[in-house]
Amino acid sequence: MVESLLDILRSNAKESPENMARLLGVDVTEVENAIARLEDEGIIRGWQAIINEDLVPHDSVTAVIEVRVTPERDGGFNRIAEEVSRFEETEAVYLMSGAYDLLLFVSGKTLLSVARFVSEKLSTIRGIVSTATHFRLKTYKQNNVLMAKPQDDKRLVVSP
Amino acid sequence: MDPHAYLARHIVDLPKSGIREFFDIVSTRTGVVSLAIGEPDFDSPWHIREAAAKSLDKGCTHYTGNAGLIELRTAIADYVHTNFGGTYDPATEILITVGASEGLDIALRAILNPGDEVLYHEPCFVSYGPEIAMAHGVPVPVETRVEDNFRLSIEALEAKVTPRTKALMLNFPNNPTGAVLERADVEAIAAFAIRHNLIVISDEIYAEMTWGGKKHVSFASIPELRDRLILHHGYSKSWAMTGFRMAYVCAPKWMMDTILKIHQYAIMCAPTTSQYAALEAMRHPAEDMKPMLQAYEQRRNFLRAAFTEAGIPMHTPAGAFYAFPQIAKFGLTSREFAVRLLDAENVAVVPGTAFGACGEGFVRCSYATGLEQLKEAVTRIARFVKTL
Ligand SMILES: Cc1ncc(COP(=O)(O)O)c(C=O)c1O
Repeated sequence: MVESLLDILRSNAKESPENMARLLGVDVTEVENAIARLEDEGIIRGWQAIINEDLVPHDSVTAVIEVRVTPERDGGFNRIAEEVSRFEETEAVYLMSGAYDLLLFVSGKTLLSVARFVSEKLSTIRGIVSTATHFRLKTYKQNNVLMAKPQDDKRLVVSP
Repeated sequence: MDPHAYLARHIVDLPKSGIREFFDIVSTRTGVVSLAIGEPDFDSPWHIREAAAKSLDKGCTHYTGNAGLIELRTAIADYVHTNFGGTYDPATEILITVGASEGLDIALRAILNPGDEVLYHEPCFVSYGPEIAMAHGVPVPVETRVEDNFRLSIEALEAKVTPRTKALMLNFPNNPTGAVLERADVEAIAAFAIRHNLIVISDEIYAEMTWGGKKHVSFASIPELRDRLILHHGYSKSWAMTGFRMAYVCAPKWMMDTILKIHQYAIMCAPTTSQYAALEAMRHPAEDMKPMLQAYEQRRNFLRAAFTEAGIPMHTPAGAFYAFPQIAKFGLTSREFAVRLLDAENVAVVPGTAFGACGEGFVRCSYATGLEQLKEAVTRIARFVKTL
């Protein structure tokens, strides 16, 4: 049940508990309890809208930054990753396999502000060896949702 | 000119399709929320569409052998063996057709002599009666009832069988009722067919769509039936590939030789592009279907709960993507109910009578419809029935 519940929430976090109960064939209280438990356990970490930022009339740029780090004797990458996560500019921080260690999603009002974040805040952290910054130009798909408006139903309105 | 004097009488006399009539009414309107659509709302999986396009790039634009690509038939033999429990020789016992629609037509044409009777259940897919008549057979409907969860009973079959009965045609999981058969039903029906020396035409196009932990039981899993069974399955529903028009027939060689003759003279071969798409569809069937099946099952649960809350009785559909709520208590015929619902709330459902006379008192609601549409539809239906 929990897995199906999470699938429903992944596709629509605003689904009402009543509808989720109908979809899953269970009681509303069962759904509410499951969600409360998932929040308690930290599995559900928050509730946000999926926004096509390209259409919001404000100044904002997003960059993806690859960061190479010297791991520390005790704690490996954790201390640096946590320090980086504390900056309000970072939207997401991941530890990666491959050619670099941390992958950051960073947003700012202008290119300059992101550049300043990299040069003044990020690069100065002890243990960070190098960074490579890529700016996002356009979003096609995010959180499994296509940013283009859905097309019309191409089916006949009545069929056998 | 008088069609009766000049055209084929057995075709001129066929009844108009109830679906067609209702389509004409619905298509005059805009903004309709439609639960009247008998095909998946999902587009075909991307890798399948890509394979079709690639086959065109590579110049696979020619005829294939009459029976279809042997690689595809071999993959089908495996699939049928694993999922249906039947064993068929891909070289001589499997035929790729232009949808199950063609498969059903040529199977009937291959087995019927004028005047042969064919038993089939109602409610059923709209084409069954006319297809039997087009093959010069005599359609003999057998009622299935909501009290039996629309399963086909032996008593009802025994009451209609005669010495002229040639075949029994059936479809489970069922369009329009959502009924499925239990193993005991399948065994009893098989025994009935053997007892009366009938050919069984089993349309199992919704085989993968069973809900609530139920498993589809195929007639192909009954070894004693093999020699008299014509099995139909296809890509339209479970793979969401209706527009590709791809399906297949499995039958023992002694019947297939004759079925193939019609296909060969009338069709040549199924469209090559679609056959390459179907071949790709055979690569990861379970993965392709999983998200769609999960969505259908949840929507079924949703409809069941929503209709119960609205005070509309309904047997629990255990398969396919149709619900068949009972609207008799509102004092309207199926057609009146559907037309007034459309007028009042702009929601389209199909009158049960489109699927046979005993569909009176029911309407078919397809849940091959996005959840948001479905929610809107049930809200409107609940509001509508309060006014009756
Ligand atoms: C029971 C049944 N059989 C056959 C068909 C036809 O399927 P195809 O697209 O393979 O011709 C349908 C389609 O609605 C159906 O519901």
